[in-house]
Amino acid sequence: MNLRKIKTRHTETHVLEGGSGPDLLFLHGAGGITLEDPFLQALAAKYHVYAPLLPGYGESDECAEIRDMLDVTLHTYDVAEALGLKKPILAGHSMGGMIAAEMAAIAPNEVEKLCLICPAGLWLEDHEIPDLFSLLPYELPAYLFHDAEAGGKLMTAGMDFSNLDFLKAFLIQNARQMGMAGKLLFPIPERGLRERLYRIKARTVLIWGDSDKLIVPRYAQEFKKLIAKCELVSIAEAGHLVPLEQTAQTVAALGRLG
Amino acid sequence: MKFTWFNLMPWPHLPADFREKNRSVWVDIDSTLYDPVRGHDVYNDYLDLLEYADQLGFDGVGVNEHHQNAYGMMPSPNIMAAALTRRTKNAAIVVLGNSIALYNPPVRVAEEFAMLDVMCGGRLVAGFPVGTSMDTNYCYGQIPALTREKYLEAHELIIRAWKEDKPFAFNGRYNKLRHVNIWPKPIQNPPPIHIPGGGSVETYDFCLDNTYSYSYLSFTGYIRAKALMQGYWDRLTERNEPDESPYRAGFAQTIVVGETDKEAEDLYKEHVNYFYNRCLHVHAGFADAPGYRTIKTIQSGALSQYAPNMGDLSNLSWKQLLDDGYVVAGSPDTVREKLEHLAKSLRVGNLFCLMHVGDMPADKCKHSSKLFAEKVMPKMRNIFPEYDNDTRFWAQPLAKRATPAPVDAALKTRETVAGE
Repeated sequence: MNLRKIKTRHTETHVLEGGSGPDLLFLHGAGGITLEDPFLQALAAKYHVYAPLLPGYGESDECAEIRDMLDVTLHTYDVAEALGLKKPILAGHSMGGMIAAEMAAIAPNEVEKLCLICPAGLWLEDHEIPDLFSLLPYELPAYLFHDAEAGGKLMTAGMDFSNLDFLKAFLIQNARQMGMAGKLLFPIPERGLRERLYRIKARTVLIWGDSDKLIVPRYAQEFKKLIAKCELVSIAEAGHLVPLEQTAQTVAALGRLG
Repeated sequence: MKFTWFNLMPWPHLPADFREKNRSVWVDIDSTLYDPVRGHDVYNDYLDLLEYADQLGFDGVGVNEHHQNAYGMMPSPNIMAAALTRRTKNAAIVVLGNSIALYNPPVRVAEEFAMLDVMCGGRLVAGFPVGTSMDTNYCYGQIPALTREKYLEAHELIIRAWKEDKPFAFNGRYNKLRHVNIWPKPIQNPPPIHIPGGGSVETYDFCLDNTYSYSYLSFTGYIRAKALMQGYWDRLTERNEPDESPYRAGFAQTIVVGETDKEAEDLYKEHVNYFYNRCLHVHAGFADAPGYRTIKTIQSGALSQYAPNMGDLSNLSWKQLLDDGYVVAGSPDTVREKLEHLAKSLRVGNLFCLMHVGDMPADKCKHSSKLFAEKVMPKMRNIFPEYDNDTRFWAQPLAKRATPAPVDAALKTRETVAGE
């Protein structure tokens, strides 16, 4: 995977790119994504992967002009345009799934193959999604992983909050990334997607970890009900970070789109 | 110096094991701990104290805005301020302030501040805070990264609503109003404006651009505030501002006065402990929503005073609280000496005196306030004589102000009889 920088109307966008095969545009979740991400690496074995970073993620600049769901949706179309992509497979995880679903709903003739991996974007009163923005770092693994202990080790490796320089760097990264994510997810990760999902024409694969405690599997049923051509693939022993915990199965499920 | 008597209005009945049994005094605090019947007495006592401060000769009486917490029970400071317009006579009514990004539309603030200023005959000092992250983001749901943009738009709208003489259309991003034309307008137009800040360069500049007073409202005391306030004065120098009036700045300080140092400790220690142990017990996850503070501000090291990295304040000893300047306590001489140092070292002309602390009962609070007003305040009045004529940052009331008519004694008797 390589880092590529492209210019869009609002800002310079950083794109992780690599692999060969059909074009696949992957939209990351609120935690962001890096060149070393094992899921991206696995996708690159089968696809030509493009994974743009939202403003504020990685080294990319923040962008004050991108404020809401429509701005992000259109910005991501601008990114695809700048990359010269023609109807790539569109995939997204969590917040990225919410964006991908919006893109497919807003311009249904532009997206033919859609993969939503435990997307955000709906809200069920009986199944409140935990407030991601008030969770402390050590509280996250329990919500994100099937195996919270192993996941916790993965997440907190090298973190030392008693070191002030580390703390400041962490707070800056967190403010940049989650500040951006907050425009879509704060205080409730719902921006009206429910009213628009009927418009999606794409063949859709929906992937959900059975042990997802952040957006519980009940939400999978709801998405399935609201999207016309939707196939659900449930994956055992996987939490919200299903692409990390069950990488091969997630790639295989995505492969059902052909 | 201008002295404002301030009461955060904490809930004084939190249980002793509050800290152990609750994760936060703010946002998701157990609301069954509130008792409205006891609350009736609490509000009554607190308003009595503010009125007493006016009688004692404080320059201002102060109220502020917080939500969903036992730390300060004024979700609407304007309601408290309105109550104060009737029985206070001379003190400025310092509303520090309205979190203007939270009002929809913000002309509501222009209207209510105008009402208050007219009701009290031009005694209003207005404040425009962004609000704590707990209030603004977690309680009132504002998107952190957009809060400041919304704040600035609200500010522009409020100032224009006060200033413009003809109806105007306001096509903002967050507010679209076809006809802005507020009634009433404030007597002071605009009233003096104070901005609570937490060390961001943007806020320093905002105050300097608009000739607003910069207020640092901290609980960590004057010694730790030095760097932050110096940042403000350095910025002022950097920008070649025409003057460095100390009234361009304000500072909040917890103050308790006894006849002697020992009496101060004996009388107030438990109440100070209540405040630091229970009222500041904020869940770290609510202290600072990502995006609320700008990157530049975090880089400058200005972190939320509620963040856990500020250190655990819950078990500070009386000696530590005093030595590190969290609290200024002692005999009138001790307090005066420390406050003179505070005023000069921070160069602040506006002192927000947090004279009611934690679960302090009214009689002790009156004792402390009276000693302060009689034995400390007069000796500190003229610390900055060269800026005596700086009227930009304080209320300029009407010379002749209306007063409430006395209650009709005959009717009062009848009421009493009916109530028996």
